[in-house]
Amino acid sequence: MRDFIFKRLLFLCSLLVLLICGGMVYSLVNGAIPAFETFGFFRFISSPEWNPTAGNEDYGALSFIVGTVMTSFLALLICLPFSLPVALFTGEYFRGTRAASFIGSVIDLLAGIPSIVYGLWGFYTLRPILIDMNLSEQGFGILTSSIVLAIMITPYAASLSSEFISMVPKELKEGAYSLGSTRSDVVRRIIFPVSGSGIFASYILALGRALGETMAVTMLIGNTNNLPDSLTATGNTMASVIANQFGEADSLKLSSLIAIGLLLFLITAVINFTGKIIMKKLS
Amino acid sequence: MNYRILKDRIFFWSICILSSMTAIPLVVIIWEVVKKGYRQINLSFFSETAPSTLDAMLAKSTGELIPGGIANGIAGTMLMVAIAAFIAIPVGIMGGIYLAEKPKATFSHIARFLTDLLQGTPSIVIGIIAYAWVVKPLGSYSALAGSVALAIMMLPLIIRSTEETLKMLPSSLKEAGLALGASYTSVVLKVLVPSAFGGLFTGILLAISRVMGETAPLMLTALGSTVINWDVIHPTSAVPLLIWEFYNDPNLIDMIWSSSLFLLMLILVLNIIAKNIARKWRIG
Repeated sequence: MRDFIFKRLLFLCSLLVLLICGGMVYSLVNGAIPAFETFGFFRFISSPEWNPTAGNEDYGALSFIVGTVMTSFLALLICLPFSLPVALFTGEYFRGTRAASFIGSVIDLLAGIPSIVYGLWGFYTLRPILIDMNLSEQGFGILTSSIVLAIMITPYAASLSSEFISMVPKELKEGAYSLGSTRSDVVRRIIFPVSGSGIFASYILALGRALGETMAVTMLIGNTNNLPDSLTATGNTMASVIANQFGEADSLKLSSLIAIGLLLFLITAVINFTGKIIMKKLS
Repeated sequence: MNYRILKDRIFFWSICILSSMTAIPLVVIIWEVVKKGYRQINLSFFSETAPSTLDAMLAKSTGELIPGGIANGIAGTMLMVAIAAFIAIPVGIMGGIYLAEKPKATFSHIARFLTDLLQGTPSIVIGIIAYAWVVKPLGSYSALAGSVALAIMMLPLIIRSTEETLKMLPSSLKEAGLALGASYTSVVLKVLVPSAFGGLFTGILLAISRVMGETAPLMLTALGSTVINWDVIHPTSAVPLLIWEFYNDPNLIDMIWSSSLFLLMLILVLNIIAKNIARKWRIG
């Protein structure tokens, strides 16, 4: 009897995850319906208009979708030349040594720093540097946010892809060495092709992280409701517009923000799902 | 030197250099926070509530330290993280046990998939959810809403770490317990959970350190407060929320750094403790 209750209890606890996810989708859809009804789903995602003037309200998510995509992909691009060497360093060249565990700790600590502290650092340290370099006038914008985002997602990309790199069978590498390959040949001709899809999946998951990052981006992107037209332009991401405007929003605007939340949830879900599927196929 | 060997050397050294460059942001961030923040850390920093703009302005004009501290934030963070842990730890561990015990069941696959989904959900979206589930029905921002948001964020982390740890336990452990006539419940509670304790504890500490620095969901749920509040249905402050408030107030800039220093140290120490427990504790 006691076992029966206990087993039921275990089941209920894992069922709770289902309920939370179901409830999340339900609440988001429910909150987003007024916005979708007023503007229409396709117009909502394709209109760059964001006009909160009472009586003339018009909301569309395109500017924020573009802002999110631009910052995330740029961040991914910036993080690539650092996270890939780290992955090779810890997963191949120095696997199992002190140097690797040192770099591993550095990466872990970077992952532990809260988003808001990254934001502060970007605001007070990185922004003046960018202004000095004449990259932008105020230092706010897509580029600034992307650089900070890149630092924030490097740990995820590096530690995940390092695992795939270290899983490459020894026989393959030894075969290549015996044919006279140098180590860089082995990395390019054996390790990358064999672990390529795993590395790809790691970067997809890192992209998923970047899409949803809120605070650091909110502090650095400039928070303007326009369609960003260049890399140094200011803008807003889906997450930052919610963080910025949720507190003062009501009725239609609130619903539009929740609709953006729903879109963000769907996009990250699809991205994470893709990454997980690729990883599952490998293992 | 042979061209191919030269290329190999260049490749090797660029990997070393680029990898060590990842330490730069860590060092720079910690250095900056310590350098600008240590002056404000004193006894009143932990015992007094956040200063008003006026007090800070007066203090600055006379060149003194800004009076006051972040006691309201520390209290709020403790309150909300404690409630979140109270909700998420039992549920997460039991959910994780279920997944580890029934690894192949269809339901487990679905639950595992949704746990990953939940883990990848942006924190701001979880903030919206806690707003819809708690703030709206209660009619006010509250510590409870903040705790719910943090608990939803902790849950998938604890479930997955519990599952991973239990999977590493040898099945002979469980079989021995059952062979001795122990009931399923006592095998799980008295054999599996204690042997996996180190791993579970690491998972819990990492989950706590992850949510402790969260700002975005709290902005939509706990809102912030200027006094120390222990009442769960009232708006409450938290250390990251205070940093956000200080950031928006030019007179309080000095306070940003000391609060960040405090938060950063708290999280990094938790992280390091968790990693050390994980390293010491191995299933042999």
